Amino acid sequence: MLDRREFLGTVGGGIVVLLVPEGAAAQQRDAAHNPFPPELEAWLHIDETGAVTVFTGKVEVGQGVRASLAQAVAEELRTPVAGVRLVMGDTALTPYDMGTFGSRSTPYMAPQLRKAGATARELLLDLAAEKWNADRATLVASGGAVADPKTAKVVSYGALAAGRKLVHTIPGEVALTPADRWKVLGTPLPKADATAIVTGALHYPSDMTRPGMLHGKIVRPASFGAKLASVDTSKAEAMPGVKVVRDGDFLGVIAPHPRLAARAAAAISAQWTEVPQPSNADLFEYLRHNMEATARPEVEQGSVEKALSEAEVKLTETYTVAYIAHCPLEPRAAVAEWNDGDVTAWTGSQRPFGVRSELAEEFGIPEQRVHVIVPDTGSGYGGKHSGEAAIEAARLSKAAGKPVKVVWTRQEEFTWAYFRPAGVIEIHSAATKAGAITSWEHLNINSGPAAIRHAYDIPNQRVTFQPARSPLRQGSYRSLAAAANTFARETHIDELAHAVGADPLEFRLANTKDERFRAVLRAAAERFGWGKQKGCGIAAGWDKGSYVATCAAVSIVDGKVRVDRVVEAFECGAIVNPDGLENQVTGAIIQGLGGALFEAIEFAKGRILNSRLARYRVPRQSDVPPIETVLLNRKDLPSAGAGETPIIGIAPAIGNAIFSATGTRLRSLPLKSTEPRP
Amino acid sequence: MPTEIIVNGVRHAVDAEPEAPLLSVLRDDLELTGTKYGCGEGQCGACTVLIDGAPAHSCITRLASVAGKRITTIEGLAAGGRLHPVQEAFLHAGAMQCGYCTAGMIVASAGLLASNPNPSEAQIKQALEGNICRCGTYPRIVGAVRMAARSGGPHA
Repeated sequence: MLDRREFLGTVGGGIVVLLVPEGAAAQQRDAAHNPFPPELEAWLHIDETGAVTVFTGKVEVGQGVRASLAQAVAEELRTPVAGVRLVMGDTALTPYDMGTFGSRSTPYMAPQLRKAGATARELLLDLAAEKWNADRATLVASGGAVADPKTAKVVSYGALAAGRKLVHTIPGEVALTPADRWKVLGTPLPKADATAIVTGALHYPSDMTRPGMLHGKIVRPASFGAKLASVDTSKAEAMPGVKVVRDGDFLGVIAPHPRLAARAAAAISAQWTEVPQPSNADLFEYLRHNMEATARPEVEQGSVEKALSEAEVKLTETYTVAYIAHCPLEPRAAVAEWNDGDVTAWTGSQRPFGVRSELAEEFGIPEQRVHVIVPDTGSGYGGKHSGEAAIEAARLSKAAGKPVKVVWTRQEEFTWAYFRPAGVIEIHSAATKAGAITSWEHLNINSGPAAIRHAYDIPNQRVTFQPARSPLRQGSYRSLAAAANTFARETHIDELAHAVGADPLEFRLANTKDERFRAVLRAAAERFGWGKQKGCGIAAGWDKGSYVATCAAVSIVDGKVRVDRVVEAFECGAIVNPDGLENQVTGAIIQGLGGALFEAIEFAKGRILNSRLARYRVPRQSDVPPIETVLLNRKDLPSAGAGETPIIGIAPAIGNAIFSATGTRLRSLPLKSTEPRP
Repeated sequence: MPTEIIVNGVRHAVDAEPEAPLLSVLRDDLELTGTKYGCGEGQCGACTVLIDGAPAHSCITRLASVAGKRITTIEGLAAGGRLHPVQEAFLHAGAMQCGYCTAGMIVASAGLLASNPNPSEAQIKQALEGNICRCGTYPRIVGAVRMAARSGGPHA
């Protein structure tokens, strides 16, 4: 049985609501150090002052869930949102969570937290009815209190929670407030902790300190996969206070001050045995020749062979996307310390429990002996799923017997993190002269299967993701491969529209019956004033429960592409926080400008050649055109995540606009790499 | 031989190498962590501070070069318990996502308004071209600086 006293032991008195599926509380659970049943997803506590604390394994990396999840609880609990505090991403206080990625916080965690809030509210109504011996049905929960309109009595949640030691689980079915009756959800809410941010008081992972803390620096291999052949550490070891740690190919230093650690690391002379590796010059050939086991199609219907053989209009084209870096402004950072064989790490990560597993595995200790805490982090964009800095800090801390902090340089972040996968996408299509798409074959090599399915009605299809051996370490990136697949598809659709002499907007509308897809296309086109103008492009996509359509206008100035205007329509069901949503959509468009126009990792001989911001250009003020967003609010649909999908439309919209302006079709991201010479 | 610098009105005798980056001195010696590291090459602006009122990238500013100079960091902008108008404006405009670039943005903007109290949109964008917001909140940041300029309060 779940030991309910353990919860109250940690939080004191009051009311606790556990978010755990029916029956799961009675199941077996882990011993001693983990008070949570494995199924527990989150929990909330109301103390005797009425303060509400929500415990969730999600983390805040700038996407705004600290605000939107508080709104979810406040809505159902009928309490002011300012009184709801979230404890996030702490493996000792929050239940297991797979990670903050895949636009899952809004569609999955928020409804669960709403159920917890609703359960707490019903419990508080029970307590008030009992207290007053009143008819429960006549009581009203509102503003953090229960009122009896008949007697005009009011009792605060805090007073109802005082002296209680109640632990409740959520009953199987809990009625949630429909979106058209929302009072807190659906309204703009500023970012949590904004005042601490504008005053510089918020402590990010790289700002963490511990008493007696030392500073670590890693001596990196000369290239990827290089092995340490020989090393001379004498100069570093001669520096007072410096300790050198060598363990196989791992080479690091510890010093009382970060500048001394950096000097000591630089004083180490290491020889590395390197291995031959491909460069970005032959990347796409390499991927084609290094495919892994034959992939099964994601979609297979009709016969693309038959349709192609009978086609009136046929088109075959290849698209490529480069590796790009997430480049979170805060590089990886961690502080680690050991106490009696237990390790605690403070680090920036989208997967606190993943980092816990990595640490447990690295040191061969049970997960209960690892505690990971993720302070609100200086962004991730899918790039912080891993725990490198935490492991490095923990290795050095173990050797030092004191807390150690490791902060990566920008160059380390560019080199030793992971990249958005590069990819090659081949599309063979067919259409009738009248403009009906009859066949669609889409093969994505390496970049991934996200959004490889589409919203067009095509009778014959074969859609396949083919994994390949990646020359660089690759991983998640905002929207995963949805940006790559949508770039290829929406560029090809544009080409097909031109091949049959159709307007690109009308061609899309004519080939889909998906009403949500049509709605964003129409909304974007209407705001943009879509017509026959030169230099305009449109693209649309769908992924993770949300729909996007983007229009871009470009001109060519001195042989370079200038984006003059962007309009994006976005629909993600019922809007949770309109202010946060607008911020995410605009931010995604701007981040997407980089991948569309100039971001690309260059590499050779196991080295990143442009591992500095002076060599790897990211969008700046002067790159930002006027941007208009049209947010469609579908209160009849469940809320979907919104941090990712708004990024997928911008690249093909710009590419299609460039074709409209110049007649030159660009099929590689970044679009600049094949830009026509002036 | 310690180097004397004046940070947010307080004199500090810093015992550090003359070539030490000011950013590291602020963060690692004086424990003022509001100023952020983003690149170490003067490209991202997260480390922006005011040196005698003018915005500068502290990551490529050597300690010796600021001896005796007045340095203002994000921690020193609010005065008498009141936020600086640019800080207020960033709050009102919600001009942040992860907030890691925000300190540098605010300090650079405060420096701009101190020398040009009523900048055009183009001047704001130009002044902030050296500050990267990877989350892409640039339009809100420009809006916040315009709002601060309109509020007409005392600037840095």
